[in-house]
Amino acid sequence: MAEFKQAPAGASVAEQAMTWVDNRFPASKLYKEHLSEYYAPKNFNFWYFFGALAMLVLVIQIVTGIFLTMHYKPDAAMAFASVEYIMRDVPWGWLVRYMHSTGASAFFVIVYLHMWRGMIYGSYQKPRELIWVFGCAIFLCLMAEAFMGYLLPWGQMSYWGAQVIINLFAAIPFIGPDLSLLIRGDYVVGDATLNRFFAFHVIALPLVLLGLVVAHIIALHEVGSNNPDGVEIKAKKDPKTGIPLDGIPFHPYYTVHDILGVSVFLMIFTAVIFFAPEGGGYFLEFNNFIPADPLKTPLHIAPVWYFTPYYSMLRAVTDPMVNVFAVLVALAAVLAVLKGGLAGKWKVAVLVVAAVGVVALKVFDAKFWGVVVMGAAVLVLFPLPWLDRSPVKSIRYRPSWVRWLYGMFVVNFFVLGYLGIKPPSDIGTLVSQAGTLFYFGFFLLMPWWSRIGEFKPVPDRVVFHAH
Amino acid sequence: MKKLILSLLAGLSLFTSGAQAAGDGVAWDKFPTERITDMAALQNGAKLFANYCLNCHEAAFMRYNRLRDIGLTEPQIKDNLVFTGARVGDTMKVSMDAKDAKAWFGGVPPDLTLIARSRSAAGKGSGADYIYTYLRTYYRDDTKATGWNNLALPNVGMPHVLWELQGQQRAIFEDRKDPNDATKTVHTFKEFEQISAGTMSPAEYNLAVADLVAYLQWMSEPNQTSRVRLGVFVLLFLAVFTVIAWRLNASFWKDVK
Repeated sequence: MAEFKQAPAGASVAEQAMTWVDNRFPASKLYKEHLSEYYAPKNFNFWYFFGALAMLVLVIQIVTGIFLTMHYKPDAAMAFASVEYIMRDVPWGWLVRYMHSTGASAFFVIVYLHMWRGMIYGSYQKPRELIWVFGCAIFLCLMAEAFMGYLLPWGQMSYWGAQVIINLFAAIPFIGPDLSLLIRGDYVVGDATLNRFFAFHVIALPLVLLGLVVAHIIALHEVGSNNPDGVEIKAKKDPKTGIPLDGIPFHPYYTVHDILGVSVFLMIFTAVIFFAPEGGGYFLEFNNFIPADPLKTPLHIAPVWYFTPYYSMLRAVTDPMVNVFAVLVALAAVLAVLKGGLAGKWKVAVLVVAAVGVVALKVFDAKFWGVVVMGAAVLVLFPLPWLDRSPVKSIRYRPSWVRWLYGMFVVNFFVLGYLGIKPPSDIGTLVSQAGTLFYFGFFLLMPWWSRIGEFKPVPDRVVFHAH
Repeated sequence: MKKLILSLLAGLSLFTSGAQAAGDGVAWDKFPTERITDMAALQNGAKLFANYCLNCHEAAFMRYNRLRDIGLTEPQIKDNLVFTGARVGDTMKVSMDAKDAKAWFGGVPPDLTLIARSRSAAGKGSGADYIYTYLRTYYRDDTKATGWNNLALPNVGMPHVLWELQGQQRAIFEDRKDPNDATKTVHTFKEFEQISAGTMSPAEYNLAVADLVAYLQWMSEPNQTSRVRLGVFVLLFLAVFTVIAWRLNASFWKDVK
């Protein structure tokens, strides 16, 4: 236990009160560690707004969510009407609801940009691996949160979207049918499904999400923020004060900076809420203004936009695509045996595993492998810190062609997202198959490509131009 | 200003409209959007709605007394628009039995509260455009049980409820070469031919339908115009706030060398 401190003689009441609190709870210590004496690199750019913005949107979602729960009825017979009741009869209910529905899309926009920032500046590299892993867990949790939340308005898209996605689990060999029954709580999506999704959406997942966010930030503040140059600012400290030479206190410098970011973000956010709350049918799908009808399947069921890149990859896995996977697995095994420099028994092991893989690919349904690919598309993000073997962090000092590669990655992600919205077509399937291979190639071949090329010298100190 | 914003948004939503596959039927006509802010048009639309739609269709999420928002008083609503004996604070329900509806029309008539929002479609236009087209493209078709067919919704179950106003028309189709495939012909709509006159001229009928659609559009989100108005003030506030935040940021950061 720390020693009791005394406020100096003649201290103000506020100071005495603070001393009293600090003797019992580390309020000042926390404030210093996380704000006033948390030294962040001074060269943060545009991409560094999105962490703070993600936190803002999380708070918006929780607060608006609390108010929505006050009038929402998680009952298949009443859910749709209760949402319309909120929209029409609850004072300011429409605003709260639009904030929540727009907030969901905003959350994904921000999180995607935040992840992109981490990717281009190598923010996941040593010593920030756990920050990245916690972040990926947040992303996964957010996807579950969004998926379950989307069922609650009980419109046609809510209903049929949930139906399609839950049915995917039924494709898992052996346990699939029972698993999907367990998720639904019934043989079709119904009242039981709505109730359990409500429970997950309003309490279970938000609790996990908050815990992960705390872990994400504690891990960040333990090692300190990366920056666009990928230079460790703790390597060059002021010998007298021990403060990093390129570090500035988070408060006030980055708090005022983030206030500016928040106000610009709020302009875009409120413009959507007040002028285009449906987001052209992307944020609130038009079909979802029709109450759920288990007897009427919509012609075209599209997930909400933030899931469509993954949905595209799922649909890309057809029988010919499974054959491509089988060939790739075989090639990888042969390459590992010939070039891997493995000991004899490991060579055998690799070949056995590959053979089992190829057989499994051909034995189980392509639909199942589609589900595997969709899941893997998210899970492949987790090991990024270990896949990347680049000697430098930031894209600024990587070979020039790497920029093109990252550019293509983004274009590919957009194309996959676009195709996921559209009804399936022959050409669309081909393009999404190519896109899926590129997406996985980008990550799985990273140990190879991230090492090659000519790296530029990384400066000792961050590059900063005074404002 | 409001019109400018609304039309800009309409343009934007056309540009971005996604999510839905285009169904069959003809291209949609543009609904005259300025009527959504026209109180007289909305009131006329409410009258048409109560007289022609609200016998089979419900608007189960819409309360009668919400019509105060379009300039009507409670006694006016009660005396002129409530035919069912409902109270003015009730929602717009009808007493048609679902089984009867199925027997008569082949299905339960959809609830109309949100119809204008739910019928928007990618590349085709807003839900208001759809309904505006739909209610003007009924034609006589003796092959159908009701004697009516529709261009925007082929094989529609609903007969032409507004026929006394519009009169009866016949659709003339023609077979043309498919521009994409010379071996095929396509059966396309050419024009309407009036068989018998209605109580309204074609121009009057178009306006009446526009009023009805304006009402449906308004009913789908009764506070849509006040939402846009409020949004302008919110953005003005945020614009000022952003300038302050920008200068505050600059004044702190001038110390960072």
